[in-house]
Amino acid sequence: MKILVTVKEVAEAEDDFEIDGLDIDERYLEYDLNEWDDYAVEEAVQIAEDGDDVEVVSVTVGPERSEETIRMALAKGVDRAIRVWDDTLAGAEMLDVGAKADVLASVVEAEEPDLVFTGVQANDDAFGATGVALADTVGFEWAAVVNALDLDAEGGVAHVHRELEGGVEELTDVQLPAVLTIQTGINEPRYASLRGIRQAQRKELDVQGLDDLGLDASVVETPVRRTAMYEPESEGDATVYEGSAEETAGQLADLLRDKGVVEG
Amino acid sequence: MSDVLAVAEHRRGDLRDASFEVVTAGRELADEQGGDLHLAVVGGDVDGFAEELNREGVDVVHTVAEGEEFNHDVYVQVVEQLYAQVAPTTLLIPNTVNGLDYAPAVAERLGVPVVTDAIGVSRANGSMEVTREMYGSKVETTVEVDADEVVVTTRPAEWPQTESEGSADVQAFDADVDESAVRSTVTGFEEVGGGDVDISEADVLVSVGRGIDEEENLELVEALADTLGATLSSSRPIVDAGWLPKNRQVGQSGKVVTPKVYIAIGISGAVQHVAGMKGSDTIVAINTDPNAPIMDLADYAIVDDLFDVVPELIEEFGGESPV
Ligand SMILES: Cc1cc2nc3c(=O)[nH]c(=O)nc-3n(C[C@H](O)[C@H](O)[C@H](O)COP(=O)(O)OP(=O)(O)OC[C@H]3O[C@@H](n4cnc5c(N)ncnc54)[C@H](O)[C@@H]3O)c2cc1C
Repeated sequence: MKILVTVKEVAEAEDDFEIDGLDIDERYLEYDLNEWDDYAVEEAVQIAEDGDDVEVVSVTVGPERSEETIRMALAKGVDRAIRVWDDTLAGAEMLDVGAKADVLASVVEAEEPDLVFTGVQANDDAFGATGVALADTVGFEWAAVVNALDLDAEGGVAHVHRELEGGVEELTDVQLPAVLTIQTGINEPRYASLRGIRQAQRKELDVQGLDDLGLDASVVETPVRRTAMYEPESEGDATVYEGSAEETAGQLADLLRDKGVVEG
Repeated sequence: MSDVLAVAEHRRGDLRDASFEVVTAGRELADEQGGDLHLAVVGGDVDGFAEELNREGVDVVHTVAEGEEFNHDVYVQVVEQLYAQVAPTTLLIPNTVNGLDYAPAVAERLGVPVVTDAIGVSRANGSMEVTREMYGSKVETTVEVDADEVVVTTRPAEWPQTESEGSADVQAFDADVDESAVRSTVTGFEEVGGGDVDISEADVLVSVGRGIDEEENLELVEALADTLGATLSSSRPIVDAGWLPKNRQVGQSGKVVTPKVYIAIGISGAVQHVAGMKGSDTIVAINTDPNAPIMDLADYAIVDDLFDVVPELIEEFGGESPV
């Protein structure tokens, strides 16, 4: 069995930042493995550890910088990695859901996995749509926001829980091959061990361009463009306590006394 | 051709609030475009739902009697077929867990772009402009879609619900569902998160987030909750890590709480967290980041390290800080 995991390197904004044009200025961004993808990687690696003959392959659409993140996934037990990038992708204004799904679909078609795991969302642009769009593009079945998985590989069925709102889970049987978008809490992601990190250096990290995937530049031509980015006007009228920790704690204590939370 | 098609959502026999919000968003958009608002409801007691959905501004309610509960394989086919009949410029779907389970696939089949989690939509300038957030709600963006048709999912609770009764045409739509393309089966539902305490009953909540860093540091906020006689709750990462049970989670997938005082400690205020606590009477935030989205919601805030502030606070009330 083969499991393909989509792994995204996401940017996080520092506490203080400046916007430069259509994005946060590069100086204020830090990069890390997308939180939801970490759980997706863990789920795949656990299945590989439990079964014979399971290969876990990761795929990332991203620049060379993202290899640091990819090595982290390899260190956690991914067998080999694919990174898709070239000048066309680098020059694209914005990869919308359809473009990402098309690029990933060509990797799915080349690799022919039985299962694809993606994160529920990426916490930078938070579209939350790539997994389901990918499934439909390649004709796989799917389930979004999966927080429990019981895989019956022989029967070709994934028994999943989908986490709905308000503490309700939906129990669903999904036919393979399928794309599952993985929710946090489904497992406990491991830390990469030192041994894992050493081994990761020797694992295959294959870089492919659109040409290699049989795609041309039209794949990145989308009608969706970001035209503005700004800090939202603060609607807040919070009273911000100033001073040392002792002073601010004192002011908050007074408030809590006023509100009758504590007596005296 | 300037109509809007919106899709309602229901679960276990009840329409969800998002159905009435998407009516508001859809009407606004239809007015801008000078078109009609069509609303679809798929599965369950569609006739009963249609009566409830007949709100002001809805021109047509399409009822599609296919199945009892949501199944994305059915929804995708039905919505695609209804779209072909109505021929709208915009398809609006609530950005819920179920919305995200079929909207991207519908867009894919229709060959039209999809933009999710909108907090604003407008076609005032010709092309569709969608307002959405990025980087954990720290910034807002405008996304322009230069296409005649678009699928947009709308964030829950961003639009008010349309309450007043309307005079819509109710039309039954006969969909042609290919059963062989239904490859997933919903087998049931399960409630989670019962247990020792009901945080939705608490008057005062001390709520802790990822800022606490390590499991052993939880002692600190537990000591504060004890001192205040408050109940301890948390954001999702604390529960995901197994540090607190699921019944302590506040938010979209956890519990909705409405205490008199909600003290958010080391919690950023992600939209799914806010969904569970924005109805609190008084919100207090302790956070090192002055730009954290929770600050927009807070009535009182301390911009400082929780490891400095919380021990002082415990001492203020004569309690003993574990650190
Ligand atoms: C479908 C779905 C459903 C979800 N449901 C829920 C839900 O029900 N509930 C929920 O909470 N989340 C939910 N989430 C997750 C949500 O998106 C966020 O990931 C989560 O709320 C973040 O939790 P946090 O604020 O504790 O962590 P973070 O966002 O990491 O924030 C930590 C905060 O702590 C501050 N901080 C760090 N160190 C300190 C310090 N020493 N002193 C003071 N402050 C400090 C930081 O400035 C930051 O603001 C859901 C997500 C999805 C996709």
